[in-house]
Amino acid sequence: MASAVARELTADLRGFKEVQRLAYACAEEVAARLRPGVTEREAARMQREWLRERGVRDWFHLPFAWFGDRTAFVGFRVPLQFFPTGRRLEPGMPFILDMAPVHRGFTADIGYAGCLGPHPLHDRLLADLREHRELILREVRERRSLREIYEEVDRLMARQGHENRHRAYPFGVIAHKVGRVRERRWSPQVLGFGTQALRGLASDALRGHREGWSPLWSPHRFSDHPPAPGLWAVEPHLGFRGVGAKFEELLVVTDSRDPEESAFWLDDDLPHVRRRQEERAA
Amino acid sequence: MRAGTEGARERWVSTGGIELCVRELGDASRPTVVLLHGYPDSKEVWSEVAERLRDRFHVVLYDVRGCGRSTAPQPLRGGFTLEKLTDDFLAVAEAVSPDAPVHLVGHDWGSVQGWEFATARRTEGRIASFTSISGPSLDHLALWLRRRAARPTPRRAAQLLGQSARSWYVYALHTPVLPEALMRGPLLKRWPKILARLEKLPADGYPTESLPTDAAHGAWLYRDNVRARMRRPRTDAYAHAPVQLITPTGDVFLSDRLYDDLEEWAPGLVRHTLAARHWVPRSRPDQVSAWIAGFVTERERGAGGPAAVAASTPAGPYAQAFGGRLVLVTGAASGIGRATAFAFAEAGARVIAVDRDPEGAVRTAEMARLLGAPEAAAETVDVSDEAAMEKLAAKVAAEHGVVDVLVNNAGIGLAGTFLDTSAEDWRKVLDVNLWGVIHGCRAFGRQMAERGQGGHIVNTASAAAFQPSKALTAYSTSKAAVLMLSECLRAELAGRGIGVTAICPGIVNTGITATARFAGVSEEEQRRLRKKAVRLYGRRNYPPEKVAEAVLRAVLRDRAVVPVTPEAHALRLLSRFAPRLLRVLARIDLPL
Repeated sequence: MASAVARELTADLRGFKEVQRLAYACAEEVAARLRPGVTEREAARMQREWLRERGVRDWFHLPFAWFGDRTAFVGFRVPLQFFPTGRRLEPGMPFILDMAPVHRGFTADIGYAGCLGPHPLHDRLLADLREHRELILREVRERRSLREIYEEVDRLMARQGHENRHRAYPFGVIAHKVGRVRERRWSPQVLGFGTQALRGLASDALRGHREGWSPLWSPHRFSDHPPAPGLWAVEPHLGFRGVGAKFEELLVVTDSRDPEESAFWLDDDLPHVRRRQEERAA
Repeated sequence: MRAGTEGARERWVSTGGIELCVRELGDASRPTVVLLHGYPDSKEVWSEVAERLRDRFHVVLYDVRGCGRSTAPQPLRGGFTLEKLTDDFLAVAEAVSPDAPVHLVGHDWGSVQGWEFATARRTEGRIASFTSISGPSLDHLALWLRRRAARPTPRRAAQLLGQSARSWYVYALHTPVLPEALMRGPLLKRWPKILARLEKLPADGYPTESLPTDAAHGAWLYRDNVRARMRRPRTDAYAHAPVQLITPTGDVFLSDRLYDDLEEWAPGLVRHTLAARHWVPRSRPDQVSAWIAGFVTERERGAGGPAAVAASTPAGPYAQAFGGRLVLVTGAASGIGRATAFAFAEAGARVIAVDRDPEGAVRTAEMARLLGAPEAAAETVDVSDEAAMEKLAAKVAAEHGVVDVLVNNAGIGLAGTFLDTSAEDWRKVLDVNLWGVIHGCRAFGRQMAERGQGGHIVNTASAAAFQPSKALTAYSTSKAAVLMLSECLRAELAGRGIGVTAICPGIVNTGITATARFAGVSEEEQRRLRKKAVRLYGRRNYPPEKVAEAVLRAVLRDRAVVPVTPEAHALRLLSRFAPRLLRVLARIDLPL
């Protein structure tokens, strides 16, 4: 997308892009340091410390790490099960790192799926996720209702033979809005979520409620509206018999009439996108 | 000469004053597989299996001393100890394969001997692998009994008593003289009939004429070894070769609990189970030879140590039962069919995905391979087309063999009252939901029955088969027919070892709602109703994977009717005890 690269980025978008790159750099760095025997808690701490050292003080949510069949949320019943556990990484295990740092007031929310060693099935899931990335952008540009796009993604997953695992997230969301967060000296977290970011989400929800939209992109009726302008952290999550994979990155939605300008991925130079370009080249 | 022994070479091997009759088939430069028979049998028990292995291996069979055409020791007492049998084996192995270790396969007493050979020090290096069928090591058995007798928790006591009851013939054979008298007299005259009746063996000229002497001499196998080993079991009976265990689950002589602790004696043990009775070399030669060939080939390829074998083979009861079996699923492009294909693939079965939708079927096959199916193929066929189904059956038989598990799952949804449903709608629903199942059962069920080696048919019915509803008349009718068809077929095929199951899922989140037709409404209303149905089923969100799990469990346990979701269970219960309540429910409109 040459046009996207050439696009004049506003200062705001540049800030978001930087923090998203930082988060992905963290994910790649931590993923490279994962060894058999590392626990989810240790992986989460590695992400946290890496980002702290680089100036992250606040979070939309604290880093998560899921290993093995926990990547597909097998047997998840209560939200507490999302938090990192003592599960140890073994050779051939898939893993997902998910973090949402706030840096200089800009929020990123990313997901990084990988595997310790070769895993043809996991590769297949990553390849299938690309279709979702294309589908979502296409349909958002067509200004379809979010609920319908959600169902469209569901249908694609069903065709591919996968289970929808973002259904397990709070409200079953495939995406949620993120925005700028005021920098405070004291920014506590509640159940892993930053209070500042939650406040932003709550005020969005209130405003959206008056105007007829919601900052949560869910299968429910309150998402039955065209995409609202802003930044959406989109996180389709596939599950296939105990193997899960997701990506999460920021989608920019504007009120422009030009379809290209009306929605675009904030950054196309991300690990999961690069992987696809490399494969295409190969 | 018996059928199947053309091109066989016979030789005599003498050891300790005994002449053993040895038969060799196949190219002697190939890996040697020694097949060892049990009691009361001769090497002819292996003829079917040997026939299937001879093209790929150097197959060797021999009559154990005193059986078949081999000579008997004099005196008989003390001539059948495991030590002497080990001498025999070593002599045969030396004669047929002096340079390379042999792959050993034992059934019944052949397997008891095999365990002795695979664990004795002096045979180390002579055995490349051991496949054990229906015969435990006497040492392991003694320790198994002692363990249970020493600390008889209720479960252990039940296991102990269960096996003790199954061993009645062992005690009987310890009686002097009387067993031989019976065997030379009335008992063995009826033996082939008894086998055919109780063991469901094909009446194909086996057992042979040597049976009376096999049975009389073989009694000394028990008398010379059982008491001695029960009294003083070896505590170092660890296998020095990789072991594969094939357990017939319907064996009336051996409890499958006997093998519970086997991993401690044979690390990296590969397990298979077979829904059959004791004489699997006769009743299931296809599957037995496939597993032998697979195991031997793997060992020959030198696929690492025992641990590597274990890691590459999926474990668990489903993998043991379905590994390498051929499974055909119709309607496999989505929903329950696809999930079922995946579940079988995960268990290591060979999968054929059949659907009208070519893209979906190909995708199912592709993912099945990634999940571990050794083979997966996709076929595009409309199940309601009789000619196409016949063609498919012929093609599958030619390319993959006879189907072991058939899942007739393809179905379509149709909602609407009777008066709204047109004749064309009726035809469509019955064509797929009922005729599809009939064609499947006719084409593949006949192949299964003709092969005579068992199998299983699963038909997808529905909870609507016992819950009447004014809004689902045609669909419920078709599913009720499938349920009754399955029950009748089950009765018919029971005698051939083929099980039939009707699965009644209930409300499951699949694509059936997205393609269901609503009779007697406009196109727009149709779309609206579909959308609502999809959301309703989505909210219920019962995953098809759980139905697939129920299918595998039903096949493993040979269940007749299997409701899956809680509502299906409740409706089935009500249909038996409160049918009037269901009639009231039948009058309610669909909540759409």
